Amino acid sequence: MSSSETGPGGQAHGSVKEYVTGLILSIILTVIPFYLVMSGAGSDTFTVIAIVVAAIAQVLVQMVFFLHMNGSSEQTWLTVSAVYTVFILLFVIVGSLWIFEHLNHNMLMGH
Amino acid sequence: MVQTDLIKDPHVLTGKLHWGVIPFHDPVVAPVMAAAVLGGLLLVAFITYKKLWGYLWSEWFTSVDHKKIGIMYCIVALVMLVRGFSDAIMMRTHQALSTSDSFGEGFLPPEHYDQIFTAHGVIMIFFVATPLMIGIMNVIMPLQIGARDVAFPFLNSLSFYLFLVGALLVNISLFVGEFAAVGWLAYTPLSGIEYSPGVGVDYWIWALQISGIGTTLTAVNFVATILKMRAPGMTMMKMPVFTWTTFCANIIALVIFPILTVAIAQLTLDRYLDFNFFTNDDGGNQMMWVNLIWAWGHPEVYFLVLPAFGMISEVTATFSRKRLFGYVSLIWATIAITILSFLVWLHHFFTMGSGASVNAFFGIMTMIIGIPTGVKLYNWIFTMYKGRVELTASMWWVIAMLITFTVGGMTGVMLSIPANDFMLHNSMFVPAHFHNVIIGGAVYGYFAGFTYWFPKATGVKLNETLGKWSVALWFFGYFFAWVPLYITGFDGMTRRLQYIDNPEWQAYMYIAIIGVALIAAGIGTQVFNIAWSLYNRNNPKYKDETGDPWDAHTLEWYTTSPPQFYNFGDVPYINDRDPLLEMKQKGIAYKRPEKYERIHMPKNTWAGPVLGLLTLPMGFGFVWHIWWMVIAAVVAIFACWVKLNFERDKDYYVEVPEVEAIEGKFLKSNEGRSYYFEKNAKYYKKWKPSDQNDSTVVAK
Repeated sequence: MSSSETGPGGQAHGSVKEYVTGLILSIILTVIPFYLVMSGAGSDTFTVIAIVVAAIAQVLVQMVFFLHMNGSSEQTWLTVSAVYTVFILLFVIVGSLWIFEHLNHNMLMGH
Repeated sequence: MVQTDLIKDPHVLTGKLHWGVIPFHDPVVAPVMAAAVLGGLLLVAFITYKKLWGYLWSEWFTSVDHKKIGIMYCIVALVMLVRGFSDAIMMRTHQALSTSDSFGEGFLPPEHYDQIFTAHGVIMIFFVATPLMIGIMNVIMPLQIGARDVAFPFLNSLSFYLFLVGALLVNISLFVGEFAAVGWLAYTPLSGIEYSPGVGVDYWIWALQISGIGTTLTAVNFVATILKMRAPGMTMMKMPVFTWTTFCANIIALVIFPILTVAIAQLTLDRYLDFNFFTNDDGGNQMMWVNLIWAWGHPEVYFLVLPAFGMISEVTATFSRKRLFGYVSLIWATIAITILSFLVWLHHFFTMGSGASVNAFFGIMTMIIGIPTGVKLYNWIFTMYKGRVELTASMWWVIAMLITFTVGGMTGVMLSIPANDFMLHNSMFVPAHFHNVIIGGAVYGYFAGFTYWFPKATGVKLNETLGKWSVALWFFGYFFAWVPLYITGFDGMTRRLQYIDNPEWQAYMYIAIIGVALIAAGIGTQVFNIAWSLYNRNNPKYKDETGDPWDAHTLEWYTTSPPQFYNFGDVPYINDRDPLLEMKQKGIAYKRPEKYERIHMPKNTWAGPVLGLLTLPMGFGFVWHIWWMVIAAVVAIFACWVKLNFERDKDYYVEVPEVEAIEGKFLKSNEGRSYYFEKNAKYYKKWKPSDQNDSTVVAK
């Protein structure tokens, strides 16, 4: 019985350049909402929308640069699971928002 | 139970702990504690006397073998079943006694009764149903797809110990302090620090948080195993149904358990650091807790029931001596449930104040999700239709499931109508319904699978007569226990009553106790059956020599019982949904392959038990605010993790001569057995390979 080492196999693991690009983009997308909230530069509605947009953009950045996802055929399962995740997130988040709009209206929450 | 004296300023060394939290004087708990301590000491003494510690450590505790981890899951689940069922007995006797004039108000004070129904729910879902199912998945799923182990063997071991720590924390709470008295889902604001200042909810938090992380890791592991480690030739649409349902169930778990983790983390911040996520004041929203916990909780029941459907499918097909009717429709029904299960959670709180459009949407979605479930029932019925149904004990479980689960499904459709739900909400009708589907659907399915695969896991067949007795006792016990509670629910009896002031319900409570006694006898028969069959393991009537005692279809039966540590000497190429049946038809089963190859296997590791069990002092320290213990445990976990990452000696190869020697013995015992059992031959010969023939056609 011999001993051996098994390295991680499978998908590509990206280059330093990719990771650095991802990191810088993530930092920018984090700084923008922080700046908007701390400085109070925009209106409330604008700030909320900006935070949501920056958050979604950052998720995409991380998926592309850190998780190395793309549309190629050998990544079918990654694509399927990403689509599934997006749908579930939509179900839960949009559903919750819808429910809570009703609750706030009917139950005088946050009066 | 003890009314914990609240300590405002925890001691540096002992936190909130003091002798007063141990219930020496409680007439109910103290004897149980004495028995548990004595029993534990006897067990330790016995193991020490027999010098078994070394064996247990090297063969079981540190094992990364999926079969052994699965068996350990099942053992803990069965122990916890006894604990959870004791709670059920206490609730039913208490309610029966508290309606009667002669007995007065029962025997449990309110705060103890509240802890019991909370513990019952938590234990039965998290520490009985979940581990029993994960245990069976662990043993069987890798075998069904021809894998040597799961994708991440160490992670599997770690998951088991995280789950075990959760179970231990719940049991420790019985003897040290108190458990939560807030219902199994700990609704806020009741579970917040303002209304539950004791340690009960903290036990609930850490038990669920730690075991929940274990379940998430298991889900990662199983999804990766199924996607990456299938035998050559086994495409997705050739996977056995149990593997499919395991796959879908774990996808659900992978998505929902993070919701639970985050929601519990938020409650933890509320309770420990004065945050206001779910409080009444300061912008908190207690309804968000209910929303999040059910966004986890409803898919969770599908996580529990889908694998049971898979088990039912395998048992039905094998004992009907047919291929499964409508494989493709069953798979798509499972996938539909995997998605639809995320669109129904609001039906748990129709009455919380949503308007008509929200309630109507979730009501309709709830009715729609009944359709794929109904499809499955027809799949099983038509599998039996014109089959040669062999009524073994596991088939009895299937039939018990088909009847009980259908009743439960129908009461579920009743509850899905919001207008109805406004009448029935919080009444005994609701527990009657969900016990109907969880016992009738999930648990009977697990028992069918448990009976069916027991010989594969242990090499010993269970006693058929005893098995049938336990089905009968469970079946009638269930209806005796819960039909009266459906009736009182219609009558307006609410859930979780510590005192019942309506004497008309007394008779129903007594009938329910008869049911509990029958179920108790059923559980007793099962435990005795396991012990008796293992005791007779060398008796030819019980021993499984061939590895295929049922003349089955799928790959897990194409190896010894119990399987070798490497599962298969040679993994065959898969052409068919029922590979073993195909090999038997072609007469190529149990033949020596041209050559064996050396087998790559993971080594046992200390890290699973050590890393996992270190979360016990962490959780206990958090519960009692013993911060040095928390810090020490976290530092130790980190140190072990670093050490583990520097270890290089993690795997080895089983060389060809060793494989040949073991496999030679197995093939020899199966010589001349390349075909089906004599009695089944004429039924099996009709079935052409699944890629040439629509498996839904009924044999002529």
